[in-house]
Amino acid sequence: MVETVWSMCGMCTARCPIRVEVEGGAITWLEGNPHLLGGALCARGSAGLALLADDERPRQPLLRKGGRGEGRWQPVSWDTALDQVAERLQAIIAKDGARSTIMSCRGGPFVDPAKAFIQALGSPNFTNHDSACGRNVHHASLSVYGVGRPDLTYDIKNARHLVLFGRNLLESMKIGEANQVLDMLDAGGRLTYVDVRQTVTGLKASRFLMVRPGTDYALTLGLLHGLIKAGAYDAEFVRLHTVGFDELAAFVEPYTLDWAAQECGVKAKSLKEFIDELGADRPRVIFHPGWMLARYRDSFYASRNLHLLNVLMGNLEIKGGQIFAKGAKDCGRKGIRNLTDLVPKPEERRADGVGWKYPHFDKGPGIFPLFYEAMATGEPYPLKALFCYRHDPLTCFPDPEAQKRRLDTLELLVSIDTHYSEFGWYSDVILPESPYLERDCQVAVQKGPKPRLIYRQRATEPRHDTKPGWWIFQQLASRLGLGQYFPYSTIEELWAWQLEPTGIKIGDFAARGFVDLADKPILDDRESMARRLATPSGQIELVSGKLAAQGIELLRPYESPPKPPAGMFRLVFGRSAVNTHGHTINNPLLHELLPENRLWINKRAAAGLGVADGDWLELISQDGAARGQIQAKVTEFIHPEAVYCLHGFGRQVPLQSRACHAGMSDQKLQTGLLLEMDRVGGGLCLCEGLVTVRRSDRNGQREVEL
Amino acid sequence: MNRYLIHLNSKRCIGCHGCEVHCKTNKGLPPGPMLCEISHEPLRSVRGVPRTEFRFRSCYHCEDPQCLPACPTGAMRKREDGIVFVEQETCIGCMACQQACPWDIPQLNPATGKAVKCDYCLDRVDRGLKPACVAKCATHALRFVRLVEF
Repeated sequence: MVETVWSMCGMCTARCPIRVEVEGGAITWLEGNPHLLGGALCARGSAGLALLADDERPRQPLLRKGGRGEGRWQPVSWDTALDQVAERLQAIIAKDGARSTIMSCRGGPFVDPAKAFIQALGSPNFTNHDSACGRNVHHASLSVYGVGRPDLTYDIKNARHLVLFGRNLLESMKIGEANQVLDMLDAGGRLTYVDVRQTVTGLKASRFLMVRPGTDYALTLGLLHGLIKAGAYDAEFVRLHTVGFDELAAFVEPYTLDWAAQECGVKAKSLKEFIDELGADRPRVIFHPGWMLARYRDSFYASRNLHLLNVLMGNLEIKGGQIFAKGAKDCGRKGIRNLTDLVPKPEERRADGVGWKYPHFDKGPGIFPLFYEAMATGEPYPLKALFCYRHDPLTCFPDPEAQKRRLDTLELLVSIDTHYSEFGWYSDVILPESPYLERDCQVAVQKGPKPRLIYRQRATEPRHDTKPGWWIFQQLASRLGLGQYFPYSTIEELWAWQLEPTGIKIGDFAARGFVDLADKPILDDRESMARRLATPSGQIELVSGKLAAQGIELLRPYESPPKPPAGMFRLVFGRSAVNTHGHTINNPLLHELLPENRLWINKRAAAGLGVADGDWLELISQDGAARGQIQAKVTEFIHPEAVYCLHGFGRQVPLQSRACHAGMSDQKLQTGLLLEMDRVGGGLCLCEGLVTVRRSDRNGQREVEL
Repeated sequence: MNRYLIHLNSKRCIGCHGCEVHCKTNKGLPPGPMLCEISHEPLRSVRGVPRTEFRFRSCYHCEDPQCLPACPTGAMRKREDGIVFVEQETCIGCMACQQACPWDIPQLNPATGKAVKCDYCLDRVDRGLKPACVAKCATHALRFVRLVEF
């Protein structure tokens, strides 16, 4: 008897909806949800089955025996592990207060139990990975619209022109979004792709601009200038819905298209044609404001300009443009219950300074690296415990050695994850979560033009002694006398409690795996759209009133990035469709496809170093403290000032036999960048590091062996 | 007469290698054998845009397959609809089929010690479904085409 189980993929954080066929308790087939994706799934999605079958993951709770990172573990029962974590937490809280505890997670729709847990403890210190990801974009969005990044969606399929600044949509791979791009191209739409190297997304582009690394801001300034000069923008929309246009126009006056072309190293003619096309294609033009934009010192400003370019296109709340994400309320329905709503909000100030020292940052998840600052200084108060739930800061943030020095000031490190993360390996306790196919997750709202309720249902019983997150946090809370905030003992009870106000039953998910809250996409008229803007002026702010009131410079003059000295390059990194950062590198079937990363280096630059394709290279960090070895991929399709590698490799967990020491880690070479942060946008500057590249001694000169 | 063909619309293909893993997981294959393959030529600049085309290859299911007569046990068979497949129970893993094939298509499954090759997921085809690589292609670039004679 074949049974259908609806779930959501967990191989990356796109979380594509999936349908799983189960026969006799075993998974026999796995595909994208046919109602939403027509069965489509990526390589990682299918390789979820290899993750289940793999034994190279934590299979029961582990307590550290030796020193941190030594890798000596004592396998224990869940009761023992949870008791021990609870006892140690109690001791820490008794001495240093609940505020000395931090919870970090990898974001997404299922963080409610983790967030409720840390709040229930009484700590304000909930955080996530986002300062190495989309914080700049989020804060830029807040500064323009008063609403954050998740509140805007992109109707790419119906656009006439999509403009991507390093947003490698076809390799980051949200299945639905990738198909929208291809549908748009099939319908004759245009794609302009801007990057320091060619990618799969760029292959499909109608225009490819290979820019000098670090000049995105320059290009956006030039485009603003070009559009305004050519009158190729939506003057009516700007007049009705924005404030600050004249100020913006005056500011971009010196940044001509010719200047931008020269600064970015692209042809002025190409930019002029681009402006003409934008004028013809608007309003159905989307400038993607970026996703992972923790790159350069001015990435916040670049993202802000991308938002402003959208505004000049007048693309808000129209088909083929940006559409405000709608929730239950917009459908005239009641939303679901969240555990976090039950818990009183801690009044203590955040240790990362967000909300008081940095009042311009969104309080939600704060800024993780600023906790490292607090650990080093003991200010504003001592920190003692860190929980990382599905988050691996040692892979995610720069310079793991510098991070470890700060982590050593903490008394308790707990990793809750499905795999051995670098952080898990360094921690004191590993509480293994069941992989996504072996666990249920609570119900969540997926906001969008057509909002829906989603959930994750376990397809099969855990092969090992692993547990779901909602259970782990409930158990920890009960042991600490906080059980009242987790009013359930089974997932069915949790689902029923969450859904109660909505009138929807969990059985309603059985037909398609989700429940639509609206029959068709909700598109506001322009007047209702304006009501969604949450800026002080109630308009779209081309120059933010809120930030300006705090003395923050919004129209920042452009500073040209220095050219790297001879033999040095800017180290940039990126994504492939067959791996998700650090956490799928050890998957047997994905490792087969891509066992190691390589270093892209420009053909001319390589010739200058005497490097041939396939040669071993030695990379040395700016301060000389970190080194890496990697093979060269010599190509003309990367800018000569940059070298590039895939992120996630060079792992050091011995129990991951395939991934351990395979390839090179970019974050280890990012020395000195841990706190190098855009203090306006909150994003790290991960592409601001230079590395020395030279041909490695590993390339043999002589044949000595027989 | 062969009745089927897998066609790749390379305009939609993004070289994500999903098809390769969809195939492997459907057949329960360990690392090693790869029954279909996405490949591409080195990039070339075309009017300022570096481009390449992706190609898909599985088994050609030849009209007159060389692997068939080479098989000593009769495990390699061709159905009336043109699908060339290995009958697992009869295969002894001698790999004579691979030797005979101009493209080395049949491969050894190290988990079973027997030959394995693309059979268009015939069990799925017989249930009216598409082969795994096509059914789950991330961008709907692969199509399972039923050929008709005019």
